Amino acid sequence: MARYVFLMFDAEDWYDTADEHSVVDEMRLHEEFMAAVREAGAEVVGGEALERSSTATTVRRSEGGPLVTDGPFVDTKEALGGFYVIDAPDLDVALRLAKACPAGNVEVRPVMELPDDAG
Amino acid sequence: MTTPEDVFRRTWPIVVASTARLTKDLDLAEDCAQEAVERALLTWPDGVPDNPVGWLTTTAHRIALDRLRREATLRRKLPLLIEPAADDAPGPTDPLRLVFTCCHPALTRESQVALTLRLVCGVDVAAIAAVLLTGEAGVARRITRAKRKIAAARIPFRVPPDDELPARLDAVLKVVHLVHTAGHVGSRTGLQDTDLTGRAKGLARMLVRLLPDEPEPQALLGLILLTEARGPARTDSDGDLVLLADQDRSTWDRPLIRRGLALSTAALRRGRNGRFALQAAVAGLHAVAPTWAETDWAQVVTTYDALMRAWPSPVVALNREAARSRLPGADLNAVLCKIDDLAPALAGYPYLPAARADVLARLGRSTDAAAAYDDALALTTNPVEQRFLARRHTELATPEPVAGRVPGSARAVRRRAGGRRPE
Repeated sequence: MARYVFLMFDAEDWYDTADEHSVVDEMRLHEEFMAAVREAGAEVVGGEALERSSTATTVRRSEGGPLVTDGPFVDTKEALGGFYVIDAPDLDVALRLAKACPAGNVEVRPVMELPDDAG
Repeated sequence: MTTPEDVFRRTWPIVVASTARLTKDLDLAEDCAQEAVERALLTWPDGVPDNPVGWLTTTAHRIALDRLRREATLRRKLPLLIEPAADDAPGPTDPLRLVFTCCHPALTRESQVALTLRLVCGVDVAAIAAVLLTGEAGVARRITRAKRKIAAARIPFRVPPDDELPARLDAVLKVVHLVHTAGHVGSRTGLQDTDLTGRAKGLARMLVRLLPDEPEPQALLGLILLTEARGPARTDSDGDLVLLADQDRSTWDRPLIRRGLALSTAALRRGRNGRFALQAAVAGLHAVAPTWAETDWAQVVTTYDALMRAWPSPVVALNREAARSRLPGADLNAVLCKIDDLAPALAGYPYLPAARADVLARLGRSTDAAAAYDDALALTTNPVEQRFLARRHTELATPEPVAGRVPGSARAVRRRAGGRRPE
């Protein structure tokens, strides 16, 4: 098994329009997705939904010491809105799952495998 | 007599693929295959052994095992390629797995081409750089990066399952077709002497052999043979380009055309109307026409219509319009409008103004045609194409001077050198 992080990028107007119903709908989509993951012989080992990017605070390295700024590191129209950590047999399975993932855009990143003694 | 080089070329993908199975690491597999070839060059001066594939594979495996043992403690533990299942013994389809890994959709087209040429064909980095019109260092970096991605992201070393096969195979065929086209253009410009068309043909043959139930590899091989059959007629004694319309059809290689037609017809009969089956069908219609004028243009247009459904692209649309302009009683003004509609999608494509020029000339608008040839000339850096377009320009009914358009001029050379961004 290899481990991947699915980074989900979406337009953020959902946060403005979301009501109880749409949150329930959204959660159902994610439950279906997690069922699909299990069916594919993969496993969800973690993941979170994130608050909108305007709630982010970024700490940047600069010559005068760490600089704290309001907002995400990269300000994009479609922002990072959540992530999954998924164990899958290989990239083909991971990409198949990413296509089924309820998000506008999914970046699939392999997690680095460190030597056992690196703790 | 079979030379060691022939043997290396034929056996390279088998040696790399079967060693990759052992090392689970393409980088190491390539190194070991390379070293086995070097050892062969030292020990084969008196002749090629009876079983050269076995010799090279065994040697590469031995080198790999030595290295793995030596590096076992040092190596960062990365289980790179997927573990083969118990019943998944090394076999004749190994090179096919290698091709599908090299042409994985998670890699850019350029990386797919570079990896395929390097790992499957054993072409060196300098020749790959010539295909991709980029520097050697850039190609080497690209190959390293791609191999690292295959390892880190776990791109599997296998033939895709049936439901993914058509899409994945399409990517492989595009790479093979690109290599063939590059070889074709290269042979015209003398840019390189690597036998890229031969490599592409070898890859297509391998795909036909290993995927006998798939029509598109057959169609691609047919298309390659039909193109090759016209090879010598495509340039004149000065090395200048000769249009299909003006080629001496008696020099076409008839046996090769028959083989190309047999393959493409067999592919078409499967009824899936794939992109390469239809492209081969167009090539076949040209190949069987006794003269340019007697070409079955109605059938060519119908085939392009089908091609537009299988592979909608502005280049296909342009070719369809060019074919439509040859239909008896064609409305050339309507064709011209259609061609102009395609201009935004095909900005920078020299064949669009060239096609316009051809239609304009037939409408008697030679001044406009001359301007269109100038547009086409400004867009191509290929000296043979430049000479061809300049010649068409001067052959117009009302010849006009080809000011400042000396083929292969300093300007064109500069553009060629600076036109592509090095990596």
